[in-house]
Amino acid sequence: MNDRYVIEDRARNTFSLSREALVSPAVLEKERRAIFDTCWIYVGHASELAQPGDFRTRYVAGRPVIFCRDKAGTAHALLNTCRHRGAIVCRERQGNARQFMCMYHGWTYETDGTLKTVPGPEAYGTAFDKRNFALVSVPRLEHYRDFYFACFDRAAPPLADYLAGAKEYIDLVVDQSPSGRMEIIAGVQEYDVKANWKLLVENSVDDYHLPSVHTTWLNYMKNAGVNVRPPKEEGLLLPSKGWGKDLGNGHLTTDNVNFRGRPVARWISIYGEDAKPDIAAIRRELVARLGEERAARIADTNRNLIVFPNLALNDGSSVTVRTFFPTAPDRMHVTAWCLGPTEETPAQRARRLDAFLTFYGPGGFATPDDVAALEAVQQGLAAWREVGWSDMSRGMAKPGDAQLNTDEGHMRVFWRRWSELMDRAG
Amino acid sequence: MSGRRNAASATREEVEEFLYREAALLDAWQLDDWLALTTADCGYYVPPNDKPDADHRSTLFTVADDHARLVERVKRLKDPSAHAEYPPSRTRRVITNVRIAGSDGETIEVAANFVVYRFRRGGDRREFVGHYRYKLRRENGALRIAERRAILDGEELGALGAVSFIL
Repeated sequence: MNDRYVIEDRARNTFSLSREALVSPAVLEKERRAIFDTCWIYVGHASELAQPGDFRTRYVAGRPVIFCRDKAGTAHALLNTCRHRGAIVCRERQGNARQFMCMYHGWTYETDGTLKTVPGPEAYGTAFDKRNFALVSVPRLEHYRDFYFACFDRAAPPLADYLAGAKEYIDLVVDQSPSGRMEIIAGVQEYDVKANWKLLVENSVDDYHLPSVHTTWLNYMKNAGVNVRPPKEEGLLLPSKGWGKDLGNGHLTTDNVNFRGRPVARWISIYGEDAKPDIAAIRRELVARLGEERAARIADTNRNLIVFPNLALNDGSSVTVRTFFPTAPDRMHVTAWCLGPTEETPAQRARRLDAFLTFYGPGGFATPDDVAALEAVQQGLAAWREVGWSDMSRGMAKPGDAQLNTDEGHMRVFWRRWSELMDRAG
Repeated sequence: MSGRRNAASATREEVEEFLYREAALLDAWQLDDWLALTTADCGYYVPPNDKPDADHRSTLFTVADDHARLVERVKRLKDPSAHAEYPPSRTRRVITNVRIAGSDGETIEVAANFVVYRFRRGGDRREFVGHYRYKLRRENGALRIAERRAILDGEELGALGAVSFIL
């Protein structure tokens, strides 16, 4: 591959990224069309719409969207703009509605988007037909195991095909629930990072940075009695071995032997002695339902998955669903939730939330340092005209299936796909 | 008021003096001295912006530290490897509208408004606006923090980015 932004030389094992791709307004504008308007973009989770009439408003790829469930129970992603003059029809963050009434002139819509009433209908001509003025849905809305995605390209392949190898890794998350039903837990984290959005893609799966960026988190784990010493195997920088994997279509994941504990189901000292029998019981349920091998696969590994382009499912100390959109070349808006099995007891739920905060989120022991790292990168990129290229060649001399989580093979997967889509857009 | 001083009584003046001293310690990054103001079972909470009244056992918070984790948080913040706060931010806390909201014989509940300005290099100025809810107790006659809840008013954290210092 050799284009304007990504230069890869497989003979010499070099992989260079143009820093212009991280600072340029023109690149961002092109990304909006070439990436965000053609790929499947995460909207929300089925559990956020538990009852008919439930809704959540949010931005998806720059558009205001009402993610809602209609009276008949069907989920929709309606563009949140009145067909009359454009005002946002639903201004609340979340709730349950029988209808959506625009505050400007009172046009009122059903929860499936149908235009129900307009005040003073007699003033319109005979050609005016309310059926032509329903709220417009996103062109495509599909879900995989309760994760809903929208696509603004009508001709896109079905979501299930698009997800390719990422499905297997979503399954490893969802199968933690005995009924296969996970839920988004209340309490959303919404914060800005003063960095290009692609830097968070990299950071979400970049385990090379762990020892340097997350020293204080590793110390915290050590102080709590967790073994954080790397095993005696050449080339390992982390307390356990892990891989970086290509899942097709630009999706990628880390796949690591767990050392940091898992609510489902691997006890560490941070959970407290009291939690031991409960974690053992969760594990027994996994084994009974899925067999020893599959149970170990779920409970003894942790995985940070990127669904191209902007969804991270971090199944580590807890499960984070994290999506992010650029608001400027050097700024993104991040939204993050905690995901857990619907069957969890109050004690299990409390443990999951507590484990989440050991690492993740804007008050966690690790995420703020990630943000600091990304912002430091963005500041450095201001010299892009003189220092034009970043290096992402780590691990290239090894075969593809030998890429460690501390190599950069999985990040190259993202950039190759990004480059391909940008090229395709001309 | 009766002659014998109730363990759970305090004047607003005493509470204000206590909160101002706490704010000064935090602004000066004297975190060990600040930690000494907390009880051994102290909890420190920053609820999520969208659910300010929620319970941290069933809702994802921004911060929900028990005392053990609070000790670790202070260790972390003193370490130059806590990159989000190195070099340490300059902060200035303005504490106002201090009210004694109640007491149950052992615990004094205090409410106060805050504005915390946080400065970093490059013109980075962030304003954290909200209110505190404290549970104070007396230990050997001195007021101590048994619970500290910093509740932000913003609909989302947004441009504030993170709560990487002790709010």
